[in-house]
Amino acid sequence: MIAMDETDISFFKDGLRLDGRKADELRPVKIEVGVLARADGSCYIEMGGNKVIAAVYGPREVHPRHLQEVTRAIVRYRYNMASFSVEDRKRPGPDRRSYELSKVSREALEPVILTSFFPRSVIDVFVEVLQADAGTRTAGINAAAVALADAGIPMKSMISSCAAGKVADTIVLDPMKEEDNFGQADLPIAMTPGGDITLMQMDGSLTPDEFRQAVELAMKGARDIHELQREALVKKYNQMTELSPAEVHACD
Amino acid sequence: MDRKLVVPGDLLSEDAKRSGEGTYICNGSVYSLLYGLANFRDKINVIPLAGKYVPGPGDNVIGVVKDITFSNWIVDISSPYDGLLHISEFPKRIESEDMSKYLHIGSSIMARVKDVDPTMKVELTLNDRKLGLIRAGRVVEMSHTRVPRLIGKGGSMISMLKKELNCSIFVGQNGRIWIHGGAGDTDLALKTINLIEREAHTSGLTDRVVAYLKREKGARS
Repeated sequence: MIAMDETDISFFKDGLRLDGRKADELRPVKIEVGVLARADGSCYIEMGGNKVIAAVYGPREVHPRHLQEVTRAIVRYRYNMASFSVEDRKRPGPDRRSYELSKVSREALEPVILTSFFPRSVIDVFVEVLQADAGTRTAGINAAAVALADAGIPMKSMISSCAAGKVADTIVLDPMKEEDNFGQADLPIAMTPGGDITLMQMDGSLTPDEFRQAVELAMKGARDIHELQREALVKKYNQMTELSPAEVHACD
Repeated sequence: MDRKLVVPGDLLSEDAKRSGEGTYICNGSVYSLLYGLANFRDKINVIPLAGKYVPGPGDNVIGVVKDITFSNWIVDISSPYDGLLHISEFPKRIESEDMSKYLHIGSSIMARVKDVDPTMKVELTLNDRKLGLIRAGRVVEMSHTRVPRLIGKGGSMISMLKKELNCSIFVGQNGRIWIHGGAGDTDLALKTINLIEREAHTSGLTDRVVAYLKREKGARS
């Protein structure tokens, strides 16, 4: 990789970003539903260079027992990065960063899940980052929301997540690795299609005006992602219905 | 019938009175709670494509005894919640020591959910002629979300199957189905149930199953 430091990097060339995107453009997104046979619900997502897989199990019995809640289901969310997901090997296992991301991601999804339908049970969400390229928490949340829907878990709405950032004094949508590492700010959000924000984090610094602009942009990105999540779920159903007549012939 | 695929949070209607199963009301409008098929009739119901079975009072279920305590059999009913069959719900009066003589660990039973309390304690009963220990026949498993299609409107599908297949069939709401009959009939029953599970989402299913059975039986004789 090319050596870079903050002084000699230019984020824009002819008004386009390093990967040829416009400032308010998402990276290409690919979503696949139901990729794991053993999980109750699952989803694989690619958002630019991020490759993330999410699996949902449950509602099921809680182990260890003392975590159980009598009136509602608990939600457990595990965000994990594979050791090969980044350039330098990541030491495997939970660390401070993944604990935090697990917690905020869980809290981003919990408000829409109807936990009161399943007292004394647990809904387990596992998110594995296979390849990281800035914005893995948002990719993880997007995948987890689709996997939850796929598992048939009742939710008030979907959740979609997207980040905005600031590089070279410009607000950009969905920063990639270079922009995240050497940019001035990063602001990931998660929200319902109705516009209720369930997660908001920020590092770097923004003026109040820039902040408003960044939130606006990230919300636009999240809305676009919601459409893609929807499309993926519809596509899975259509594939299911197309598949079955062929199978009937085989059994005739 | 008007059916549409929906995802959680989709707006279904602006008339709160049309809210049915699998939906919720927010600010006077009806939204979907689930990823599934919405049926637009008087009420709008959303039928999920997947999900776990949650027992309700009056459900028939098929379970497997997984443990025996002082006065209860603990029964796996393929749900996040175990069923409890109390000794007094056994049709015959038996002593605590003899519990394992009647139902031992691994026994399959056809039972009914007697009551479910708010903490999801599921009480089962065997006090009915058609309930009890499974001694013969076969049990198949399917997704519990497909069970309503196997039963059909007002039981039309299942009564047709029983007649056409010449089998005894017990449908558990938890997606387990018991079939008892001649070897050939049982095999055909299994195939038919498979077909229903695969095509649960299509319309005109009963007619197609009748045609399928006619063809299969024609091939046999």
